[in-house]
Amino acid sequence: MAAPAGSSIDLSAALVLAPAPLADWLVILPVAWCLVSGAVLLMLRKNLHIQPLLAILALAVLVVLDGLLLWRVIEGGPLTMVMGRWLPPFGIAFTADLTGALFALFSALVALAGGVFAVQNIDGSGRRYGFYPFLLLLMAGVSGAFLTGDIFNLYVWFEVLLISSFGLLVLGSEPKQIDGAVKYAFLNLVATTLFLIAVGYLYGLFGTLNMADIAIKAAERRADLPLMTLATLFVLAFGMKAAAFPVNFWLPASYHTPRIVVSALFAGLLTKVGIYSLLRVMVMLFPVEREELSFVIAVAAAATMLLGALGAIGQSDIRRLLGYLVVSGIGVMLAGIAVGGPGVAGAIFYALHSMVVMTALYMASGVAGRLSGTFDLNGAGGLYGRTAYFSALSLVLFLSVAGMPPFSGFWPKVMVAKAAIDIGAWWLAGSVLLTGFLTMIAVGRVWALAYWRPSTTPAGEGAGPGPAAILPLSALVLVTVLVGLFPDPLLSQIQAAASLLADPSAYIDSVFPHGAR
Amino acid sequence: MNTVIFRTLAPFLTALMLLFSVFVLLRGHNEPGGGFIGGLIAASALAIYGIGRGIQPVRQALWFHPMTIAAFGLLLACVAGLVSMVAAVPFMTGLWIYPSLFGVEVPLSTVMLFDLGVYLVVVGAITSIALALEREDI
Amino acid sequence: MEVLFSLLVGVFFAAAVYLMLSKFLVRILLGVAILGNAVNLLLFTSGRILREVPPVIPAGLDRQVAVTANPLPQALILTAIVISFSFFAFLLVLSYRAFQDLGTDNANDMRVAEPVADSAPPTGY
Repeated sequence: MAAPAGSSIDLSAALVLAPAPLADWLVILPVAWCLVSGAVLLMLRKNLHIQPLLAILALAVLVVLDGLLLWRVIEGGPLTMVMGRWLPPFGIAFTADLTGALFALFSALVALAGGVFAVQNIDGSGRRYGFYPFLLLLMAGVSGAFLTGDIFNLYVWFEVLLISSFGLLVLGSEPKQIDGAVKYAFLNLVATTLFLIAVGYLYGLFGTLNMADIAIKAAERRADLPLMTLATLFVLAFGMKAAAFPVNFWLPASYHTPRIVVSALFAGLLTKVGIYSLLRVMVMLFPVEREELSFVIAVAAAATMLLGALGAIGQSDIRRLLGYLVVSGIGVMLAGIAVGGPGVAGAIFYALHSMVVMTALYMASGVAGRLSGTFDLNGAGGLYGRTAYFSALSLVLFLSVAGMPPFSGFWPKVMVAKAAIDIGAWWLAGSVLLTGFLTMIAVGRVWALAYWRPSTTPAGEGAGPGPAAILPLSALVLVTVLVGLFPDPLLSQIQAAASLLADPSAYIDSVFPHGAR
Repeated sequence: MNTVIFRTLAPFLTALMLLFSVFVLLRGHNEPGGGFIGGLIAASALAIYGIGRGIQPVRQALWFHPMTIAAFGLLLACVAGLVSMVAAVPFMTGLWIYPSLFGVEVPLSTVMLFDLGVYLVVVGAITSIALALEREDI
Repeated sequence: MEVLFSLLVGVFFAAAVYLMLSKFLVRILLGVAILGNAVNLLLFTSGRILREVPPVIPAGLDRQVAVTANPLPQALILTAIVISFSFFAFLLVLSYRAFQDLGTDNANDMRVAEPVADSAPPTGY
C-alpha cells in the first residue's frame, strides 16, 4: 500500500489520482452519516430522553444531505465515488443518478416522519431495546441500496436493512410478532439468497460486479451469454423482496404485527427497495431481457394488483387491509416496469408516491386504532365525530391511495395506464383502473365504518392524537397534496430519471470518465 | 463443564487468547490475520470465561455492554473512512503517518483504525450473542 | 474441476430445497444453512478455480509472477459467510423463541398473526 516515493510503478493505472472534491462526498455521506449516528445512538441507548431528539436531528440532517445530493445530481448529472480510490471496476463504486437520488430523498423524508411519529408510539422499553439505532441502521441499508453502483454491494445493503428490520420487527416480542417475524425472516432470507445466487452467476458470466461495467458488457456480449436465465433469477429475487404476486405471502402475514410506526416504515421503505433494484437491474442492465420477459412481468403485475385489492376488501383488521394495499401498489409499479418506455417513469413516480402515502396510511391507522381502541372494523366507528382534522387527513390519504385526481396517486396511475394502452396492452390498463376501483371500495369501507359511522362502542383512550402523531401525518399529507396539485417539477425530474435508466450512457460516463475504458 | 480445573484455568486461557487476538489483529496488515479473525478469537476467549465463571463476571470484566463496544467499533470504522474527507481523497482511502516513538518508527494508518473498528464490532456482536445464548431462558 | 463443483452445488441446492419444503422450523433452518453454503460454493466456482497459489505479491516485486487464485470470490464468500452466520444465529434464536411462545415448531400451526377463524368484515353499515 505505502509505495515508496521513488517507485517506478504507474499508479494512475490502478488509482484515481485526482483529488476528490467535497461535493463528490455527497454520494457517500448519507450512508456514512446513518452508520455514524446509528453507532452513537447505540452507545447512548440508556439515555431514553435524549435518544428521540438525537435521532430526529440525525434524520433531519439525512434529509438535508439527500436533498443536496439530489440538487447536485440535477445540476451536474450522475455522481460517482470509488472507495479507496481504486479505479472502477476494481474499487467498489457508489454512483447516484437521478433515480437513486430521488428514492434516497423520499426514503429520508419518510424516515424522518417515522422518527417523529415514534416519539409517541415507541415507549421506554422499545427505546431501551434500540428502536432508534435500528432505524438509523435501516436507513443506512436503504440509502446504501439506493446509492451503490456495485451489485454485490447492493446485496450487502439488502442484508444490512434486512437485519435491522428483524430487530425492529421483534420489538416487544409478543407471540404475534414472533409468528410474523418467523415468516418474514425465513422468506426474506430465501429471497436475498436467491439474489446472491443471481449475483454469483452474474460474476461468473461477466467477471465484474460494477453496474456500469455490466451495462457495457451486457450490451456487447448479449448474443453469447445466457442472460435470460440471469434476468429471470433477478426478477424472481427482487419480485420476492417487492412482494409480487406468487411470492407475496410473507407481507400480509407479518406487516400488521409490529409497532405501528415500524409497519409504517416497512410499508414505505422495504418493498420499494425491491422495486428500485428491479428498475436498476432490469431496465438499466438488461433492457432486452426485460422486453422479452415483459409479458410474464405484466401478468404477475396484474395478478398482484388485483389480488392485493381484493384481499384488502376481505379484511376486517385495518392494518392487514393496508398490508394488502401495499401489495396492490407493487402491482402498479410492476406494470410500469413491464410496459417500459413511459411506463418506467410511471413506476418511479408510483414508488415515490407509495412511499409517502403507505407510511402515512399506517400512521393514520395507528392513530385511528388508538382512538377507537380497536383495529377491527367491526367495532370501530365515530372517528369523524371526534377528530374532524385527523379524519380529513385520513380521507385525503384514502383518496390518494385509490388514485383519485387531486392527489399524488393519480398521475402515476395515468402514466402507467396510458403507457399500457399505447402498446396495446388494454388488459393491463384495465386492471390498473379496476384496481383503483376495488381500492376505492376497500378504503371507502374503512371510511364509512370506522370514521363516518356513529360510534357503537364506548370510546377508547380519551385523549386525542398528540402533536407527535399529527405533525408527521400532516407533513406527509401535505406532500401528497402538493405533488398532486403541482406535479410538474417532480414529473420532469422523474421523466429525466427514467430516460437516464433507459439510456445509461451518462451513468457509465460518470463511473468511467473520459472514456477510460 | 464446571470442573475445578476448568474454572481455575479459564481466566488464564482467556488472558492468553485475548493477547493472541491483539497479536492477530496487528499482524493482519501484511500477513494473514486482521480485525475479523482477531475479534472472533477475543469473543471465544470471553465465551470461555463465561462458560467457566458465568455470565455476570464476563459483564463485569467487560465494563461496557457488548453492544456498546460493537457500536464504538462501528463508529471507529466509519470515522476511519471519513478521515479521507480532510485529505481530499475518496472514502476509505488508506492514509498513513509515520510518527517515531522513542526512536522507533511506528506506521499508523486509517486502515488500522478500520481494522480496529472491525475487531471491536466482532467482539461486541459475537459476545452479546454468546452471552444471550448462555443464559438459561434466552 | 468446475464440473465437479457444479454438481456438488446442485446436490447442495437439492438438499436445501428439500429441507426448506418441510413445515418444521428446525428442518427449514437446516435447509437455510445448507442453502447458504451452496451459494458460497457457487460463488467460489463462478470465480473459476485457477491455482492454489495465494494471490499475494512477493516482497520486492511490483506484480505477481505466476497465475494465482482469484481473490475476489474469496472476499465475496467471506462477506456472505459472515452475513449467513449472523442470520443463522438470529433465526436460531427466533425459532427457539417461537417454539417457546407459540408451543410449536410446525409452521402450519403458527396462526397467531393470521387466525383461522378470523371475524368476517362487517357486511353492512
